[in-house]
Amino acid sequence: MSVRASVRERSAGTWLALPTWVTLGLFFLLPLAILFVISFGQRDTYGGLKPIADLGAYILSGKFLANYARSLHPIYLQIFWRSVWMAVVTTAVCLVVSFPIAYYIAVAAPPRRRNLLLGLVVVPFWTSFLIRTYAWMFILRTEGLLNRLLLATGLTNQPLELLYNHFAVLIGMIYGELPFMILPLFASLEKLDLSLLEASADLGAASRSTFWRVTVPLAMPGIVAGVILVFVPSLGQFIVSDLLGGAKTILAGNLVQNQFAIARNKPFGSAVAFEITAVVLALLFFYALYTRRRGEDVLL
Amino acid sequence: MKKRHGGSRALAAYSALVYVFLYAPIAILVLFSFNRARQTAVWEGWTLDWYRSLAGDDLILGSLKNSLIVGVVSTAIAVVVGTLVALALGRHRFRGEGATRGLLYLPVIIPEVVFGAALVTFFGALAMRLSLLTVIIAHVVFCVSYVAIVVRARLAGFDRSLEEAALDLGARPLATFWRVTLPLIAPGIVAGALLSFTISIDDYVITSFVAGVGATTLPLQIYSMLKVGVTPEVNAVSSLILLFTIVMITIATRLQQQPPAAREDVS
Repeated sequence: MSVRASVRERSAGTWLALPTWVTLGLFFLLPLAILFVISFGQRDTYGGLKPIADLGAYILSGKFLANYARSLHPIYLQIFWRSVWMAVVTTAVCLVVSFPIAYYIAVAAPPRRRNLLLGLVVVPFWTSFLIRTYAWMFILRTEGLLNRLLLATGLTNQPLELLYNHFAVLIGMIYGELPFMILPLFASLEKLDLSLLEASADLGAASRSTFWRVTVPLAMPGIVAGVILVFVPSLGQFIVSDLLGGAKTILAGNLVQNQFAIARNKPFGSAVAFEITAVVLALLFFYALYTRRRGEDVLL
Repeated sequence: MKKRHGGSRALAAYSALVYVFLYAPIAILVLFSFNRARQTAVWEGWTLDWYRSLAGDDLILGSLKNSLIVGVVSTAIAVVVGTLVALALGRHRFRGEGATRGLLYLPVIIPEVVFGAALVTFFGALAMRLSLLTVIIAHVVFCVSYVAIVVRARLAGFDRSLEEAALDLGARPLATFWRVTLPLIAPGIVAGALLSFTISIDDYVITSFVAGVGATTLPLQIYSMLKVGVTPEVNAVSSLILLFTIVMITIATRLQQQPPAAREDVS
């Protein structure tokens, strides 16, 4: 290719990518940057931003960190802690539940059924999270189906409070995130070279040790991608905790929403939003390091 | 050999259970949208009343109209922007290629609450009134990423020799694009558009931040109904959305599997 063609080629790519940079730069990156700046500000009495007369003095006084300091109050730390452990439990349960089924679809199922089995996971993957959460509301509420069943079979003699507790939120989160774990696991297990498993077995390895020492390491890119895809949205979860947990299960995502919609303290809400983002970006950073080392990327 | 067979049977049975877990709640929802009983989860016989009352519910119909406007407009914009950037990533080497790829994944991976909060703050800073327009802007941002990912996947399985042949035979680059490249990647573009439309129609979290008065979309309307109480109408409208999603996803998946589609998953 001549130098001129190569230059034209380069500029063609830049021009094609330009609309994306304009759109996402203006309506995604810039808003995030503004949110970050505002997280160091303070609100005025009407829910707006308090103007800062002397920026130097404001910074020196340390007031710009007030929102972040406030977020360390035990009330909020409790919310963060709850968000983290619920996201961890959701991710762990999804991983354990998903691995066998992903393995089944990718390796053990009859090949002619593979597309159908995969399609059955893809549909809930794209189906409205709101509706899938509502389905559990319908099942778990006091006059709901599960309570009817329990009463009819005589297992209880009065309806149980199944909704509005941590357990209901965990069920909803696991249910919602499950397809997001199965699909990346499937993607990496599909590439699994079965002859490696056979070699391991032929060489006398017990099936358990073949699993832990051959299958799992080979599926690791899918495991890591699935963990990210489930953990990140769980950490910012908002719908499930609001609908199935009510006021009892406030998570970090609900805290942000509350500061913006009800409490009208945008600077504090922004600070909390950035604390969530910091955790997410840290995870993605380690993910990028990991994929660079492995040279294989299921997620991106 | 026998042992392996037994293991695979247990695996099949286990997988069947997981499928039941995935589908039972949805199936129950759909079933009870046909239940005559209004208050309880007791089965009192079949009815289409709840679907009928949807057809006369102005709030639902109004929000559906808003959702369709937002879905169509934001998908139309996202398809153009997303296809262009997918072509850039798939065909050209340019400065900032890695950064562009990263930029496209950010809206997918950043928690929705954070993006919603950022956008509403941004609109506030510009003194822009929240309306259907602000909802469309928000949806364009996340739809561009989905379109780009799907079209990019289609380009990966693309035979460049067809384009080169057209150019060698004297076709101009623009004509080559319209008559060779575009028809070949069209299934990817349509699949991307269907997915983008589905996601736009379904979005609650981001929309709840940026929707102004009179810009209530269907998910916002359903959410406010849920907050008041569970009614059979919610089951009916949810069932219709489910049906819609299944149709869209089935078509999109078919299109993507058409040769010479890339063997990549939309995960």
